[in-house]
Amino acid sequence: MRTGRGDGQARAAGQTRVGGRVRVDVRAEGLVQGVGFRPFVYGLAVRLGLAGCVGNDADGVFVEAEGAPERIEEFLVALERDAPPLARIDRISVMPRTPAEAEAGGQPAEIAAGAGGGVAGAFAIVDSDASGRPRALVSPDGATCADCLRELADPGDRRFGYAFVNCTNCGPRFTIVRGVPYDRPLTTMAGFAMCAACTAEYHDPADRRFHAQPVCCPDCGPRLRLLDPRGAELPGDPVGRCAGLLRAGRVVAVKGLGGYHLAALASDEDAVAALRRRKHREDKPFAVMAADLEQAGLLCEVDATGAALLTDRARPIVLLPRRAGAPVAVSAAPGDRRLGVMLPYTPLHHLLLAAVTGPIVLTSGNVSDEPIVHRDSDAPARLGGIADAFLTHDRPIHVRTDDSVVRPFRGRGSVLRRSRGYVPDPVELRRPAPRPILACGAELKNTFCLAEGDRAFVSHHIGDLENYETLRSFTEGVEHFSALFGIRPRVVAHDLHPEYLSTKYAVELADTLAETELVGVQHHHAHIASCLADNGEPGPVLGVAFDGLGLGADGTLWGGEFLLADLTSFERAGHLAPVPMPGGTAAIRQPWRMAAAYLQAAYGGQAPEGLAVAVRNRARWADVLALARAGVNSPLTSSAGRLFDAVSALLGPRDAITYEGQAAIELEQRADPAERGRYHASVSPAGHDRHHASASPGTPAAPSGAVPGGPLVVAGADLVRAAAEDLLAGVDPAVIAARFHNGVADLVVRCCVALRDATGVTTAALSGGVFQNLLLLQRAADGLSAAGFRVLTHSRVPANDGGISLGQAAVAAARDHARG
Amino acid sequence: LAHGSGGKATRTLVEAIFLEAFRNPLLEPLEDAAALSVDGARLALTTDSFVVSPLFFPGGDIGDLAVNGTVNDLAVSGARPLYLTAGFILEEGFPIADLTRIVDSMRAAAQAAGVSVVTGDTKVVQRGKGDGCYVNTAGVGVIDRPGRLGAATVRPGDAVLVSGPVGAHGITIMLARGELDIEADLVSDTAPLHGLVAALLAAAPGVRVMRDATRGGVATVLNEVAGAAGVAVVVDERAVPVEPEVRGASELLGIDPLYVACEGRMVVFVDGAEADAALAAMRGHPLGERAALIGRVKDDPPGLVLLNTVFGGTRICDLLVGDPLPRIC
Ligand SMILES: [Fe+3]
Ligand SMILES: [Mg+2]
Ligand SMILES: [Zn+2]
Ligand SMILES: [Zn+2]
Repeated sequence: MRTGRGDGQARAAGQTRVGGRVRVDVRAEGLVQGVGFRPFVYGLAVRLGLAGCVGNDADGVFVEAEGAPERIEEFLVALERDAPPLARIDRISVMPRTPAEAEAGGQPAEIAAGAGGGVAGAFAIVDSDASGRPRALVSPDGATCADCLRELADPGDRRFGYAFVNCTNCGPRFTIVRGVPYDRPLTTMAGFAMCAACTAEYHDPADRRFHAQPVCCPDCGPRLRLLDPRGAELPGDPVGRCAGLLRAGRVVAVKGLGGYHLAALASDEDAVAALRRRKHREDKPFAVMAADLEQAGLLCEVDATGAALLTDRARPIVLLPRRAGAPVAVSAAPGDRRLGVMLPYTPLHHLLLAAVTGPIVLTSGNVSDEPIVHRDSDAPARLGGIADAFLTHDRPIHVRTDDSVVRPFRGRGSVLRRSRGYVPDPVELRRPAPRPILACGAELKNTFCLAEGDRAFVSHHIGDLENYETLRSFTEGVEHFSALFGIRPRVVAHDLHPEYLSTKYAVELADTLAETELVGVQHHHAHIASCLADNGEPGPVLGVAFDGLGLGADGTLWGGEFLLADLTSFERAGHLAPVPMPGGTAAIRQPWRMAAAYLQAAYGGQAPEGLAVAVRNRARWADVLALARAGVNSPLTSSAGRLFDAVSALLGPRDAITYEGQAAIELEQRADPAERGRYHASVSPAGHDRHHASASPGTPAAPSGAVPGGPLVVAGADLVRAAAEDLLAGVDPAVIAARFHNGVADLVVRCCVALRDATGVTTAALSGGVFQNLLLLQRAADGLSAAGFRVLTHSRVPANDGGISLGQAAVAAARDHARG
Repeated sequence: LAHGSGGKATRTLVEAIFLEAFRNPLLEPLEDAAALSVDGARLALTTDSFVVSPLFFPGGDIGDLAVNGTVNDLAVSGARPLYLTAGFILEEGFPIADLTRIVDSMRAAAQAAGVSVVTGDTKVVQRGKGDGCYVNTAGVGVIDRPGRLGAATVRPGDAVLVSGPVGAHGITIMLARGELDIEADLVSDTAPLHGLVAALLAAAPGVRVMRDATRGGVATVLNEVAGAAGVAVVVDERAVPVEPEVRGASELLGIDPLYVACEGRMVVFVDGAEADAALAAMRGHPLGERAALIGRVKDDPPGLVLLNTVFGGTRICDLLVGDPLPRIC
């Protein structure tokens, strides 16, 4: 929100003038510290000939400026228009004051307070004020800026070739901050005493490095080292030698901003395959780092949106269509038509890519599903069996932060994993939180969220909580964020699933903290609320929440849901017909079991002979069907993800997955995008006999009983039957996969139309992990738009469970708000 | 229903209702049996009710289960089992032949365990108000051994042992219900542990606590001890013995054998220095031939059970709140 400027100008225009001069007190809130804001204000004020001062305090930046009225006007305009690249101004407020020149003396005490000299005379930068609550924001890590890159490449510069060049406009932030206020002693740079030259830059308001906390140089800053797997230092230029190892087909662990990566030459099939084998990562795609846009363009089709995302300061991994014949090993992203590409974001990456002269696979430094290694003490033990060498340095990483992943969607970025470069920027809440909130998120792909007022701080990607290292990141992360933003939660929001470790954490926390209220938020309601929050909307909407599964309000497992929802409540307006998951979790890991369950639902006992999935799994087929029939460890689910699993396994040949969502991803990847045919799923009660509900859209009242005749039930088994018949008729699996996707999109549109008729709600929100499926998302969004819907999709937080914490926070805030 | 699954819901129920109502120092530790002092004699007293479907299953029936269960609760409390009571709640119309069979196997089990059934009771409920037959047994034993056993005595450095392959009883019961029609070569592990316990205690005076891994399985026992002692229990997943047939069936069922009930297996926490002696003593007994060292006690993180996985990762092996529902997606 930018409430400030227009407001401020009006006030500035209507203020007292004394002797042809005016004076204003300005307060800037948002991301204004550690981003070069004070030097920027200083430079601006000096250029405009203003007197006064600028300083940091607990709320952000304060400015006192005095000068000719038109100069003050110009100052206020430029303050926002020309703000430094890393700054993000949430709010500027302007208070007119009596110019100091005319004051009788001592009247406005606040001028002198914390400042150092009042306004009359020159312009000054005043010292940080560490008192009060830490409300000023820590910024995300930012990719190396153009100025720093110039220095890096300039043989005449004292930072020529130095892997840790940074300035107020770029460099490490969130990953190195230990506490607040954001000052060097509370970062992992504390151990590096600045040399005289760096000190001078640090204290020079005219310098690009004025108060840049991580400022350093080869004389005083962190140092690169190349180590062998036993930790012995290898002599020579670390970057040059590392590049040589990579070119020779070796795997090297490279310490980045938020953790260690594992690198291998992207074009070297043997090297990439070795990396995959040693990491025990069988199928999940690797990301690739290209030196620049041009090199990225050789790997992928990079359109304008893609280019903008690749060069964004956050430098995420961007998921783009892979070029045919791209010089990338097959095993980098087997069976995937896309490739995750990113550009260098630290000076070290720039140096390394320049030395290697070709793209490198750069994947998280971990074994299998472990969290990414970020402590130097862990690296040798955990990565020693994978890496042939370690390119490392002595600047500690405080917060483990994975690379973010985005993809272009409808001309903008859609975040699939929100972490480095985006965190800890807050998301604004449409309904501000009356009391501070901690939302604990889901179990997999966990993030948590701390919210106060209209700011919701969604954490970096934490991961799968069942992993102990990850659970530790979660608990430590909550404490870190709580300290960083000065938020002490009074409301603790959680999922309804009692076994989620995040739920257990919430319950225990509420037990230990006095005056803390627990708020349970249904999983799919949280999905839809996260989509609302992502779009700054209050609802009500027709929310389509399609995911793997989450615990429903009725104790069964949901995941193919149509919710009539706003931020406070929801009604289950439709869902896929439940089917058993034979063997519970085993049915998730072995999608063929879902094929069996769905074929059973589609055909009763009379499934056609000769289906390959039944043949491949004949040894257990009957037993698994018996499990499903008897209901032994076979919970019912309406999950859309399981429906995708069933069809994926039906088309084969994969029967077991090695990472979450794999079956559905492979189904999407094999679908022929040119195919427009679709399967039809019956919906009952079809909505005949419906009457228009009187609830007017925009009424935030709790939607309840708005769908006459109860929820719509969609026969997902119809789609499976149609797919099976096509398969037996010899239809190309690529066509079947496409017809299935189109069929799901079609049922989404038909249900939403029926529910619009019943409720009058004309906005649809698409959320849940299944909508990470681009083909489905496009077809569903296009179909809904064509049917006259406003369609909300995700951009800033992921549609998958990474967005759950924001949704929980938004719901908890709205409920607290509604209670008064 | 989740209150019966042996996990956190059961524990919450027990603590909220029973401990609250009956609170006293003997009950408080919530061990398998209470240790009493009567005229200088140290006695252990326990009771257990048995509800199982089917009543007859490969390897046993509700009768020997009821005897062994109570014998085991006494044995793992460090007591020599002496006397049992037997109470029956029968459904109207329950076949006399079945009752005879149950009582016969109780007699045989009691004989094998060296205990006498000294008093009993029978009630009949209306047809449809019971699942044929419920059995309650109470038992008294004498504690010959000085010192105290209990979860509170567990400390970092202790070794964690299990007396044999886990999960056979629970998986056998699930398959024996007949609704699955799945062929498997499985038998319940029901057995009296008093002999094994005696051999163990003779060889390893540093035993801290023993628990029979019944409802909720080994995972639940480990969590109870970790919680009560305020320690971490770190288990090596590969070290936990599981019969191949049990492994196969539990994979089919989608159930983790660590959470499956046993009726003749116990988990032992012993001074780390005596781990080898304890293991050797157990392996020397027929019921402990495949005993294994499965983990160690650490100080951090207190109250948690961690499972070292094949790839060197560390998974949290948590106390389940209720019936397991998938939480991954
Ligand atoms: Fe979800
Ligand atoms: Mg017992
Ligand atoms: Zn820079
Ligand atoms: Zn320096």
